[in-house]
Amino acid sequence: MSIPLSWYLILAAALFAIGLFGVLSRKNAIAILLGVELMLNAVNINLVAFWRYMDPAKMTGQVFAIIVFAVAAAEVAVGLALIISVYRRRKTVVADEIDLMKW
Amino acid sequence: MTTLIWLLPLPPLISFFVILLFTNMRKALSHNIAIGAAGLSCLGSMIIFIRALGVKEFGKHIFNSSINWLPTGSTWLKIGVQIDPLSAAVIFFVAWTVLAIFVYSIGYHNFGQPKGDHDVAGLPPHGATVTENGHKHIVPSIEPMYARFFAFISLFAFGMYTLVISDNLLTLFVGWEIMGLCSYLLIGFWFGKPSARDAAIKAFMTTRIGDVFMLLGIAFVYSFTGSLSFSEIFKPEMLQALASTPAFFGLSAAGIIGLLLFIGTVGKSAQWPLHVWLPDAMEGPTPVSAMIHAATMVSAGVYLVIRMFPLISAGWTEGMPLNTTMSVIASIGAFTALFAATIAVAQNDIKRVLAYSTISQLGFMIAALGIGAYVAAAFHLITHAFFKALLFLGSGSVIHGMEHGVLHTGDHVEPQDMFNMGGLRKRMPITFWTFLIGGFALSGFPILTAGFWSKDEIFAEAFGNGHLVVFVVLAAAAFLTAFYTMRQITLTFFGKPRTKAAEHASETPWTMTVPLIVLAVFAVGYGWVGIPEQFPGLGGLIPNWFHEFVGGTLAELPRVVEFSWVPLITSLCVALGGLFLGWLVYRKVQTPEQDFLQIPVLKNKWYFDEIYNFIFVKPASWIAEKFTSLYMDQTVIDGFLHSVARFSLFLGHAFRNYFDKPVINEFLGDGTGNVVKSSGSGLRKIQAGRIQYYMVASIAVLVIFALLFYFLLA
Amino acid sequence: MTADQIIFILCAVVIIVSALMVVTTRKLIHAALWLVAALFGVAILYAVLQASFLAVVQVVVYIGAIAILFIFAVMLTRREMLDKGAQTRSNWWLPALLGLLILTGLVFLIIGQPAFSRTASEIPADVDTLRNLGTALVSPDAFVLPFEVASVLLLAALVGAVYIASDKKK
Repeated sequence: MSIPLSWYLILAAALFAIGLFGVLSRKNAIAILLGVELMLNAVNINLVAFWRYMDPAKMTGQVFAIIVFAVAAAEVAVGLALIISVYRRRKTVVADEIDLMKW
Repeated sequence: MTTLIWLLPLPPLISFFVILLFTNMRKALSHNIAIGAAGLSCLGSMIIFIRALGVKEFGKHIFNSSINWLPTGSTWLKIGVQIDPLSAAVIFFVAWTVLAIFVYSIGYHNFGQPKGDHDVAGLPPHGATVTENGHKHIVPSIEPMYARFFAFISLFAFGMYTLVISDNLLTLFVGWEIMGLCSYLLIGFWFGKPSARDAAIKAFMTTRIGDVFMLLGIAFVYSFTGSLSFSEIFKPEMLQALASTPAFFGLSAAGIIGLLLFIGTVGKSAQWPLHVWLPDAMEGPTPVSAMIHAATMVSAGVYLVIRMFPLISAGWTEGMPLNTTMSVIASIGAFTALFAATIAVAQNDIKRVLAYSTISQLGFMIAALGIGAYVAAAFHLITHAFFKALLFLGSGSVIHGMEHGVLHTGDHVEPQDMFNMGGLRKRMPITFWTFLIGGFALSGFPILTAGFWSKDEIFAEAFGNGHLVVFVVLAAAAFLTAFYTMRQITLTFFGKPRTKAAEHASETPWTMTVPLIVLAVFAVGYGWVGIPEQFPGLGGLIPNWFHEFVGGTLAELPRVVEFSWVPLITSLCVALGGLFLGWLVYRKVQTPEQDFLQIPVLKNKWYFDEIYNFIFVKPASWIAEKFTSLYMDQTVIDGFLHSVARFSLFLGHAFRNYFDKPVINEFLGDGTGNVVKSSGSGLRKIQAGRIQYYMVASIAVLVIFALLFYFLLA
Repeated sequence: MTADQIIFILCAVVIIVSALMVVTTRKLIHAALWLVAALFGVAILYAVLQASFLAVVQVVVYIGAIAILFIFAVMLTRREMLDKGAQTRSNWWLPALLGLLILTGLVFLIIGQPAFSRTASEIPADVDTLRNLGTALVSPDAFVLPFEVASVLLLAALVGAVYIASDKKK
């Protein structure tokens, strides 16, 4: 492998930034969750890259990535359930309109 | 014996407190307590007097007892009691006159009569309406403040007893001042009358002036001699030292002290120029006038001078020309005697005549002392006390009779004006005879009355020692005395009643007439204890007990003056001549207009009241009211205080409005609140409830901080 | 440039472009599909990194479950074709700026770290990564606890999601 580690890391950083942009700027709540998924994937890339480049014999990196998978799945499930529930009540999925907890 | 002397003033004092504190409401009980106390003191005085009589050469073996009282460094100021011949004689008359006056007061204040219709405490009683057999008439009513009167005269008696028995100037002064207080209380007894209030203040103020100088004299005595006891002061070597030490104004120490103490007497015994209070003091009830002006207070003044005679005459012996102090005393006494007599002839009020006559007679005594006639002065003091008390009580009886007539007939005339009286000898016989005896004694009716003997002795001394000016002045005064006395008696008792009230006057009850009789006895009999041995006919039959006894008080028995016919004839002429002339002139006079002696100068007392008012009273009240009160107190001091207050208010306002409200309330308090409120309401908008907003904010802060950390810490 | 690098660059381009499309596309269903593309790219990357298991799990779990779930959610929350109008907020430049800043910062840090410029070393022949992964996941000395806890987490998420999303109108 002649790909320097830094390439993976830069890729993960870029993906993370894009995901962040999506989270902060999309109106639709589901689109926000899409951004979150991108960020989680960026994290996973980081983890796996480090596993492969530091010490492939120890499985810590992969295990961590697997746990991240599980958590991401759980989070998406619950998040989407919430969005659907909110949609049922208030007939909207625009994040800016779900502002009951304001001042 | 000395215990008894200590106890003498106690019964009246106890009576004063008991009546004031406990029995003020019970009239009979109060007067019984007072009379009991006076009686006890009288009894004690008699015991002491009789014992004193029994002692040979009493002057050298006096009763005295003193105690250490005030520690002064390594010595003590001693106070105590003493009875020597002078005070024994004085206490005799004090005891009897006080008792007589106390008993008289019961009747005077109408004990037993009903309460008045509209009598109010503080004004003289005005009569009560009673119905007898369906017929209404007004009778005299009982004095509303009956018990209080007895309390006050008990205190007065206490003061006099204290003064007489004291052996030192301090307790003498205490008694002196107590009597001053009581004169104020009693002259202003009927405090509802403005004239009585003014008279009380006048009396107190005038005697106070005298008292200030007297206190200076006492202080001088103490600083010079280190003691206030008479026995210490009158030691020969002490008197010698006092007489030879020069002091102020060219006088010796003795002279100055004598003069200062004499000024006290001028005030207390109403000599010119401090005589103005005594006539006005007639505002008090008549027993008070008797007490003050006969028995006790004015006698206290003369007693003081007689007592201090060794001091006054220090360095003088008989035959020498008088020293300065004695000349001053003699001049003032003689002048006052004539001066007051001239005023008395123009007075229409029965008590005023007696008042001026008192001043005049006191002038006699003082003049006698001034020329060195020690025994004569003491003799006249005692006889005068008896007959003047008799005259005052008699005049009170007359006034009472007149008031009865006024109430009975409804004829509202002034009961004290002699021109409203007349013919009272038929209506009030006992009063008439006793008054006559007293009047004759006052005038110096020969042989029978005590006044003759005492006055004659003064004349003899004055003439015999060559003091001719004094002699002539006193003779003139004696003439006027007899004249106005007879004028008084004629107008009051002789002739026909001039008003309906006088027609219906009635004799007074026994409580008033019995004291008159007792005093009349003394007024007649007392003179016979002092008959000079060289008197033609009667002299030598009875030894001159008075001269021996009282003269023994001095270190050396005073020389008996040579008998001379001139003073005797003079006194007979002036006395009998004055009496006759008075009767002659005033038989016919029925109204004040017919009285040729109603000269304005005399009627207005030589305008001395007006002069004093102008010189002293007006400036004093100007200073008090205008200067001190208005200018200094209200304008300056109050002005200053008000401006301080205004300034504080201003400061307060300034602080409140310019500092407290804007800075602290608004800026700090409200300002902080407003800032918090506005920042709160501004900051609350951060919580928009929109999640992306939160996230943007937090990421932005994170980035900023990361940059900061990186660039600052890297 | 070696073959790996080319593959890597291609893969990276795919991922980045797909990600950009996810966050910018107007229609939500397109965004979900673009996400699928991005996830595929990531799976390929895992395969390049010789984490084969993870590549498969990525496809099966992420694409097969999560992305499908997204599509279902989009379907359930559509109302009158709400894809009209702007899909990004009005102040999108701020997140863009922030993202750029974070990106540049991270890149800067990564490049500045000399340890990150290493290349991968060969996996030794006797290391069986798959077996090791399995052992690590269930071995008490390794990561069985996080594994089990993750299971519990999934159970809880399952129950919770069912409950939250259930229709209570009955």
